[in-house]
Amino acid sequence: MALSTIQNNSFADTAVHGYRNLLINGAMQIYQRGAGTLASGQFGPDRFQWGSANLDNLAGTLTQDSDAPDNFGSSLKVTVTTAETAIASDEYAYLNQRIEAQNLQGLGYGTSSAKQVTLSFWVKSSVTGTFAVGLYKGDNTGQIHNKTYTINSAGTWEYKTVTFSANTLAGGAIDNDNGIGLYVNWHLGAGSNFKGTSSSSGWISYVVSSWADGQDTDAVLTTTNATWQLAGAQLEVGSEATPFEHRSYGDELARCQRYFNKVNSSGAYHVFGHGIAWNTGTGDISIGIRHPVTMRTTPTLGNSGLSGFGVDPSNKTISAMTLYHHNESQSTLKLTAASGYSAGDALQLIDRDTTPNANLTFDAEL
Amino acid sequence: MNITSAQYIAGRGGNNSSITATIDGQELSVPLDPANRHYAEILRQVEEGVLTIQEAE
Repeated sequence: MALSTIQNNSFADTAVHGYRNLLINGAMQIYQRGAGTLASGQFGPDRFQWGSANLDNLAGTLTQDSDAPDNFGSSLKVTVTTAETAIASDEYAYLNQRIEAQNLQGLGYGTSSAKQVTLSFWVKSSVTGTFAVGLYKGDNTGQIHNKTYTINSAGTWEYKTVTFSANTLAGGAIDNDNGIGLYVNWHLGAGSNFKGTSSSSGWISYVVSSWADGQDTDAVLTTTNATWQLAGAQLEVGSEATPFEHRSYGDELARCQRYFNKVNSSGAYHVFGHGIAWNTGTGDISIGIRHPVTMRTTPTLGNSGLSGFGVDPSNKTISAMTLYHHNESQSTLKLTAASGYSAGDALQLIDRDTTPNANLTFDAEL
Repeated sequence: MNITSAQYIAGRGGNNSSITATIDGQELSVPLDPANRHYAEILRQVEEGVLTIQEAE
């Protein structure tokens, strides 16, 4: 292709470039954990986390759903199975994604060259009303900027865009590290303690009464069988929402695996990793497992239940599995298995052929 | 996070290498890394006086 055929505006800052969505898994493609509940800290589709405080009745699920707007394959779905009787002054609930701080240095927060960002998303809810959506940052000085959007028609996919002002406040800097840089929050209900101080005009210093200011309806939380769905979520620099940046499944999975990695068994006798016994008789074993991508920080190890795992040769049972020596790239597991191995024996960690299949999880979420 | 138990695990050489903790009903092995959210929460609850980490066996 002749150079003369390349459009000059492709190089301009106003052109729509790739890698502009600051959110990960905005298309809700990746769903490593499966269904979550509406308990604080639970996840549905990867990177999207439920947060709540002091709710005493609410129960429900946080799932991936095939119901999605045109040109999307999935959505995140909140389903309330037991409604909160009423939202008391000290109660709130929200969905959020936390963005790693070192990925946000281009925003220039806390300086005169800070940039606006625009959040765009598709939303569908069984209840109509006005909802708060906003950004919160905790580094240096806690600061917040909330806006609102309105669901006009129940049970209908609606496209929303919200632009947030540049944060030029003193203390607005986001640390250049692997901690939490920004919370992107979709509020679903909040008591009076968390409303009353408006940040709709721009960034302000955080106070409790600014947390969910603008949240008008609590009906998603207080209605049994209510649903609220989110798809095509994108946060980008600038004052305009551009078309959603569709990324490949593999690309998005790798991004998610920086924060959470689930190692599934392929079935009976699946080999999770290899290692050795370093003592004779005590069953002390080390097994090394490399992570598919460098994780955000040293991850927490979880497992689906020790009864699902065995050590070969002889498929011996395991009585303990803990982290031993580890970093962002590799976790070495310390296993205690039934005795019978000698120091230096080559061993492998396997699926013992129980139902359901065994899995390991490595969690470095923000 | 609801943390109901926590105990250090000794690594090779005797130094503590991780914590086995029951968090939200699930037994997890938590690295001693302040950037890890589970370890950060364990430290916060210890500081608050609502959690004690048991010594390694």
